[in-house]
Amino acid sequence: MQEKVKDGQSSEFQVVGTRPLRPDGADKVTGRAKFGADFSLPGQLVGKVLRSPYPHARIKSIDASAALKLPGVKAVVCRDDFVEQSSEFIPAGEMMINYRDVVRNVMAREKVLYEGHPVAAVAATTAALAKEALRLIKVEYQVLPHVIDVVEAMRPDAPLLHEDMFTAGVEPAPKTPSNVAKRLEIGHGDIAAGFKQAELVIEREFTTKPVHQGYIEPHACVASVSEDGQADVWVSTQGHWVVRAHCARLLGWDIGKVRVTAAEIGGGFGGKTVVYLEPIALALSKKARRPVKMVMTREEVFKASGPTSGAHVRVKIGAKKDGRIVAAEAELKYQAGAFAGSPVQPGAMCAYAPYDIENVKVIGYDVVTNRPKVAAYRAPGGPISEFGVESVLDEIAAKLGIDPIELRLKNAAKQGTKAAYGPKFGPIGMVETLEAAKAHAHWRTPLGKHQGRGVASGFWFNIGGETSVSLSLNEDGTLSLTAGTPDIGGLRASLCMMAAEELGVPLDKIRVQIGDTGQLGYNFLTGGSRSTFSSGMATVEAARDVMKEACKRAAKLWELPDDAVEYNNGGVRPAGPNAGKHAPMTLKEIAGIAGKTGGPIVGYARINAAGAAPSLATHIADVEVDPETGKVSVIRYTAIQDAGRAIHPSYVEGQYQGGVAQGIGWALNEEYIYGDDGKLQNPGFLDYRVPVASDLPMIDTVIIEVPNPRHPYGVRGVGETPIVPPMAAIANAVANATGVRFTDLPMSPPRVLKALDEARAKGSAKL
Amino acid sequence: MAHVTLIGNLRQFTGGVTEIEVAASNVHQLFARLGEKYPALLPHLQTGSAVAIDGQIYQDALFQEIGPDSDVHILPQIAGG
Repeated sequence: MQEKVKDGQSSEFQVVGTRPLRPDGADKVTGRAKFGADFSLPGQLVGKVLRSPYPHARIKSIDASAALKLPGVKAVVCRDDFVEQSSEFIPAGEMMINYRDVVRNVMAREKVLYEGHPVAAVAATTAALAKEALRLIKVEYQVLPHVIDVVEAMRPDAPLLHEDMFTAGVEPAPKTPSNVAKRLEIGHGDIAAGFKQAELVIEREFTTKPVHQGYIEPHACVASVSEDGQADVWVSTQGHWVVRAHCARLLGWDIGKVRVTAAEIGGGFGGKTVVYLEPIALALSKKARRPVKMVMTREEVFKASGPTSGAHVRVKIGAKKDGRIVAAEAELKYQAGAFAGSPVQPGAMCAYAPYDIENVKVIGYDVVTNRPKVAAYRAPGGPISEFGVESVLDEIAAKLGIDPIELRLKNAAKQGTKAAYGPKFGPIGMVETLEAAKAHAHWRTPLGKHQGRGVASGFWFNIGGETSVSLSLNEDGTLSLTAGTPDIGGLRASLCMMAAEELGVPLDKIRVQIGDTGQLGYNFLTGGSRSTFSSGMATVEAARDVMKEACKRAAKLWELPDDAVEYNNGGVRPAGPNAGKHAPMTLKEIAGIAGKTGGPIVGYARINAAGAAPSLATHIADVEVDPETGKVSVIRYTAIQDAGRAIHPSYVEGQYQGGVAQGIGWALNEEYIYGDDGKLQNPGFLDYRVPVASDLPMIDTVIIEVPNPRHPYGVRGVGETPIVPPMAAIANAVANATGVRFTDLPMSPPRVLKALDEARAKGSAKL
Repeated sequence: MAHVTLIGNLRQFTGGVTEIEVAASNVHQLFARLGEKYPALLPHLQTGSAVAIDGQIYQDALFQEIGPDSDVHILPQIAGG
């Protein structure tokens, strides 16, 4: 046991910080775990979606009469089956979304805005019949010009996606519509004065491509609506209360009539925080009066779910010769896909967040294009902007002859630093991660031929939010904990551990389940790295509720005041002057008499968890570049990140490694490739190249713990920050190896080879 | 009086004003006072804003207390992926 800090007091943890076997492991490796496509109901139909073949077109008519006549087809739905929505913004996976856009993304109304946009859907007795029915639906389109690229979409003569889009955030308000939904600006200080003081200024432009979250499990759901309008949905999702809200809204139903159960999830990373199939499946089920199951194909996942933005980023940083940054500016142009709502706002706020800079200005543009509407992807917006910033910092370090970690240390944000986005930080671990990187053996290990090393830091805010749990003390003294945030990275284990720590009971006496929307009060989705923080905070509160009630029951039995009994070591005992007057009772004994002493003992927590704290990271990457093919191999990687308190360190390490793997893919290979016709050319894992196990070395991890004072165990969310540094860490390593600075991602072999050849022709390549 | 700073585009609803002194003991009162002074600002406070009070960010926390000398920032809500 190590001395730790709990509730601000020194404490020795028995359970938290250990590494028990993961409770979800056996089910997942044996196939017992029920994922979205594993549910089936008697009599269910197969639902399929008819999708636009065009990136941009007006819908002139939809005729489903022939499809409805096909035997075996039980229902067809299209735009008329969903309630038109007025403009109303709601918080969603990465930023505010508008219900008017949500209903149109689920099912096109006036126009189709990307290849793959749903136009109609059918439910039939077999998949073959459903596909045949889709072929029989006649849609008349008026094809329109399309625009895919973010910079192209900002031109005044670009094809216009929405006639009613007038750029918000511009004064005076524009009179002409455009594809720029919003302009935003954050910062403080005097940027012009800052650059005047600078002794070195570096300005660079960067581009990144849209990439997909790459979850292995496609979107899948089963929906069943009964004759009296009660609806059930089983779905792979990060947020079943959000699914309930969206479906009820889009269909015009009472929220209370819809019950959603979250299946085990095979990856989400932000991409399963919105709805695609669920409202369609419900509408079909209502019409067909039978359950409907819908599962996306991989092609549909790529074409019609929510990748993250591609972007154009300009970064300009000014520094003194001693490395102190005196001015930092950025301009971010993020494409949102078909509807407004890219993560440019958080991208702008994150860009310079790890640093203490007196003069900062970041401008962002949210731009629509004829691509699928973007959804959240792990630290939405942050990896893109921080890629640019961390790359320029690397150049500054090189030009000034300063070690890149020392440069970051000199400018690191600390407790009390005014963040680039306004408020002052509480305790944060930026310096600690940099010091750990500097001290790590990786930083000192010599490099070989054609090898280079890069370092980059990263930041994400983390959030709390609405959370409910219930903790029942069962008659035999075991406990059942019901939480409402789907487990996407070890939540059940960490909640079990926190409950066991609080109650002083063995881990195997607590079973954790994720409840459906009928079993608990509202829970915001699993996202923003919130679930261990928020559901953990709620679990601790619920456990303390149980402990307090157990004391009250014993106090009644012993005829003592409530406060004369204390909870200790898995049971209750008289305290203070009454100590020793009665034999202690175990929690099991209290459970055995609960019914006779007032009823079941259930602890509840229903909170809007506040106090989430940022997580900072510093990563070190070594690469080897093949001079003949341009292939970049990652040969060593160390991810150092502040977890506040690692409840189950193996899961925390897993989050670090997973984020790194995705960041490496984003840096080296992944991109959406479109033809001139606006159609996606690589909608499958064969041609959309994610890293596989053989591509990557063991990703070493170091967990830093700067406890978050606002959480009883000091927890900080960890799931998102690890994807932020890799793109820049890899780009900096490649620059170190080759002498070539890559500003366009991905750094795939053909691009690297072309750049090497050009550099060799100029005599500036190192290999 | 709490010192309130508006971050991002909120300035366009206050005629460019970004720093304001407000007497408010919680977020609900803060929004009400700001809404009285800048009516166009109110809908953007009620939906889509987070409030940082002395460095700690709160979202949808209408009754979160604000001290008499608190440093308050109103910024866009953050979620995540």
